[in-house]
Amino acid sequence: MPRAKLPRKSTNIDMTAMCDVAFLLLSFFILATKFKPPEALSVTTPSSVYTKIALETNVMMIIMDKDGKVYFSISDKNVPEKQDVIDAINTQKGLNLTAAEKKTFVNNPSSFIGVPFSQLKSFLDRQPDELKGVVLPGIPTQDSTNNELRDWVAAAVSAFQGQHLNVEVKGDDAAKYPSFSGVIWALKKNDQLKFQLITSPIAPPLGSELEKYLKTSGSKSVE
Amino acid sequence: MAEMDTSGGGGHKKGPGVKKSKKLSTRVDLTPMVDLGFLLITFFIFTTTMSQPSAMKLNLPKDTDKPDEQNKLKESAAFTIMPGKNDQVYYYEGLDPSKLQTATWKTIRDAILDKKRRTNPDDFMVIIKPDKDATYKNTVDALDEMKIDEVKRYALVDITPFEYGFIQKTEAANGIK
Repeated sequence: MPRAKLPRKSTNIDMTAMCDVAFLLLSFFILATKFKPPEALSVTTPSSVYTKIALETNVMMIIMDKDGKVYFSISDKNVPEKQDVIDAINTQKGLNLTAAEKKTFVNNPSSFIGVPFSQLKSFLDRQPDELKGVVLPGIPTQDSTNNELRDWVAAAVSAFQGQHLNVEVKGDDAAKYPSFSGVIWALKKNDQLKFQLITSPIAPPLGSELEKYLKTSGSKSVE
Repeated sequence: MAEMDTSGGGGHKKGPGVKKSKKLSTRVDLTPMVDLGFLLITFFIFTTTMSQPSAMKLNLPKDTDKPDEQNKLKESAAFTIMPGKNDQVYYYEGLDPSKLQTATWKTIRDAILDKKRRTNPDDFMVIIKPDKDATYKNTVDALDEMKIDEVKRYALVDITPFEYGFIQKTEAANGIK
């Protein structure tokens, strides 16, 4: 019996369409990517079910690294207030900072303060990119007789007078509670009783009260 | 393999006497280009940060010495949780720390919900007292737990040496260093 002749089909595939899709996706991800600015401080924030996005203007940010050392910064969009803060600290503490030293804090993006007042002058002599790998002592907070963060917060509060100041605390998972306690103490002494903790969002656990509540109320945001 | 046909529809007719030049194929092998495309896609997928940081609100009461401004707390409605060393949690009901019990972050939810069910919702209050070995993550987890369990009244308070003593005893008994 003669075998039915199967027509030989070409195995060539037109890859044009696939190529199109690949580059479409590529352009999407290129445009959607927001590179993290290189940070001298690396902080892994804890997760929470809260979904409200952290604000970026009028922010006084207090950062705690994994060793519990405390740093202070003001959002980059508030340059005049940054200037006010460093001016106020300079006069209060008699640090004799030069204009260039103040500029290090005021003009650099994501600049922060990570030393006691006594070392502030030499700290500001260095540009932020020179600080990589340098171990900083952090702002003293643990001891209530020498809580320098209190003065920084006070300076920020008066710099933002007449505006709403958003107090944000960004802490590392591994920071110990006493440094957070010191931060709270400094904020309380300045009557800053409402503040926000920066976290990375996760979904509420299945079957929890919150999840049931969200289902019944139909809302999605947790604030 | 993959090719792109760009040779057109056969071309136009040449006039007489025009010598036909040899047609070179204009097909391009697209495989390396697709490879590169997907490689870059993978790179951007992994580096993209889609989720923005969220903010957890925390309101503190003002410190006051006047007894009439302080919040009253019923002993029967109080529930204290104390995050400690090595991701352990200790808790007790009422105001007597000697009734301290040990839990983990997985079991503390049931303990809170159990107490919540047995208590008048208007009085129920959770007090969070992280000890000095607790991490910041433990503290945030405890605050997050309040949201997850829909606990309306809670406070973040410093631990007393008396309570810390009980935790240390329990830790010694459980062999936690």
